[in-house]
Amino acid sequence: MIVPRLALQSLRNRALTASLTVLAIAVSVMLLLGVEKVRTGARQSFANTISGTDLIVGARSGGIQLLLYSVFRIGNATNNITWKSLQDIAKQPDVAWIVPLSLGDSHRGFRVLGTTPDYFKHYKYRDGQPLTFADGKPFADLFGAVIGADVAETLGYKVGDPIIVAHGTGSISFVEHEDKPFRVSGILEKTGTPIDRTVHVSLEAIEAIHVDWKQGIPMPGETVSAEDVRAMSLKPKAVTAALIGLKSKIATFRLQRMINEYRQEPLSAIIPGLTLQELWQLVGTAETALSVVSAMVVATALLGMVTMILTTLNERRREMAILRSVGARPGTILGLLATEAGLLTLAGVVLGVVLLYAALAMVQPYVDRAYGLHLSINPPTYREWITLGAIVLAGFLAGLIPAARAYRLSLADGMMVRT
Amino acid sequence: MAQPSPRSTGEAKPAGGTSDIITMSDVRFCWPGPHSFLMAIDEFVLPARQRVLLTGPSGAGKSTFLSLLCGIVAPLSGRLEVLGTDTATLSNAMRDHFRAEHFGIIFQMFNLLPYGSVIDNVLLPLSFARKRRERASQNGSVEEEAGRLLASLGLEAGDLYGMSTANLSVGQQQRVAAARALIGRPEIIVADEPTSSLDRNRQDAFLDLLFAEANAAGASVIMVSHEEALGCHFDRVLRLDDVAVTTRSTAV
Repeated sequence: MIVPRLALQSLRNRALTASLTVLAIAVSVMLLLGVEKVRTGARQSFANTISGTDLIVGARSGGIQLLLYSVFRIGNATNNITWKSLQDIAKQPDVAWIVPLSLGDSHRGFRVLGTTPDYFKHYKYRDGQPLTFADGKPFADLFGAVIGADVAETLGYKVGDPIIVAHGTGSISFVEHEDKPFRVSGILEKTGTPIDRTVHVSLEAIEAIHVDWKQGIPMPGETVSAEDVRAMSLKPKAVTAALIGLKSKIATFRLQRMINEYRQEPLSAIIPGLTLQELWQLVGTAETALSVVSAMVVATALLGMVTMILTTLNERRREMAILRSVGARPGTILGLLATEAGLLTLAGVVLGVVLLYAALAMVQPYVDRAYGLHLSINPPTYREWITLGAIVLAGFLAGLIPAARAYRLSLADGMMVRT
Repeated sequence: MAQPSPRSTGEAKPAGGTSDIITMSDVRFCWPGPHSFLMAIDEFVLPARQRVLLTGPSGAGKSTFLSLLCGIVAPLSGRLEVLGTDTATLSNAMRDHFRAEHFGIIFQMFNLLPYGSVIDNVLLPLSFARKRRERASQNGSVEEEAGRLLASLGLEAGDLYGMSTANLSVGQQQRVAAARALIGRPEIIVADEPTSSLDRNRQDAFLDLLFAEANAAGASVIMVSHEEALGCHFDRVLRLDDVAVTTRSTAV
């Protein structure tokens, strides 16, 4: 076992360059797998967000945009749907339930969603799981609010705490509805969806806080107190979107067509699953580009390794001549160098995986909170194992380039190093 | 590693008799490449247990001659018989194995792997030669045999053996190289200017120790050097010009 040991010692002799090479490979592997993890994590998160909703209705716009603002709280609605149109749709015989959504306000960076208590009954996520309460219950009072798990955790809210809703969706707002404070009536269990970062209030409350507002600003001298507003009619005139559940899936396309051809108002109805597919097609090109770039980074790291071995080859010709003199075949020398490259790559891959999981463990809570992206820390998938195996094989094969050169040199050198 | 056929090593005549252990006849060799030279050896014989010094100026082809002798390269034509085996007819792998079993080689400089301990360097040939390993372990472990050889070559300190070879003096390195060549009692010791980096006194001391061990093992020694003054230590001194004719060639 002297030869493998000497090969390791030879590697240790070049510890600095070897470890830098391993690090380069590790970082590239981390990037490649990281992109894959984020990709699958994002897809999983999106796919898990909504379940059991057959159609989403909104003002006429792109389907993807409607899906993004109504379910994922990304971007803003172009227009609203009138309450009358919504009632018309609700009256359709195929409709089992309809939950209106009203967006546009926020609380310390978290979106405020106006809806009905039915929302907590009908909204489903991740394979049909219903929303459950960690504490409290749905809003019964006009100024009751149900907050998602992340809102409660980040802001340290408990049931009964007051909330001031701000106008607009920025994280810092200069216009607040401070005259009409809400109280937390319930806190939802963590879902791993945008619901965790949403403050839910009643549709009437959304009307109430805007009752003394016109065109997005409070009217001076027209303030209505929180007590007086309770006596007013708070029937909403318009909402942002609505989720629809049907009695039978067969009616989905019929109702979708009916809504899309609705004469009184330009509306769109989308099927969440299909629109999500459209979204993947859209971002698929970017995903492929990212994967190609990270694969190129891996190739660059392997090239760096080949360069490292090639540059040390000249000073190692003595070593090879000595090995040849004691009976090592040129094939043994070829094998030694290719194995060295394979080992360096293997070390890089192992380190890369370790670094990736360490990084995942570190950034997971932050990414979850900041982007609602749940990066699952699972062992590598079959596909990832294949990728890792392919990288080690590629490293071994790349090592054949300097190995073949060493083979030729050791044949040509004979007993002495011929320059 | 491929095992040699019985014919290649099994029939090799044991050293110790009076027969010739190396005979070369009509050997022709040329390095690949456009600026090489053609080496022609019509006749060369090395009797068993003999110590031969081969002299010649730098560039005369001394190292090439040794490469041929050890089977690191194969002749283009001719007959090269070592211990009764025509090594020119062996496959590359068999020739490498044959060399591992029957040759101990000492280089001019940079003899040792710069990493690895003294003991690792001495034991290196045994990784490639089973019979030498067996012979080296006849009187104990191979490490003990390496220690014995190092001690008899004048490297006494026990803690030196675990040391990295990079920390040794040139003279110490040459002794370690000699121990590596001698371990497992190969029949032929080949040395390529092993004393050129030593002063005269150290040269004599080194050769005395080397020959004493080679004699004890019954090995023949063939050494090349440009220093003809060393001839007094040898049974026979040959000029390379008389053995091998080299001509510039463009042939491959």
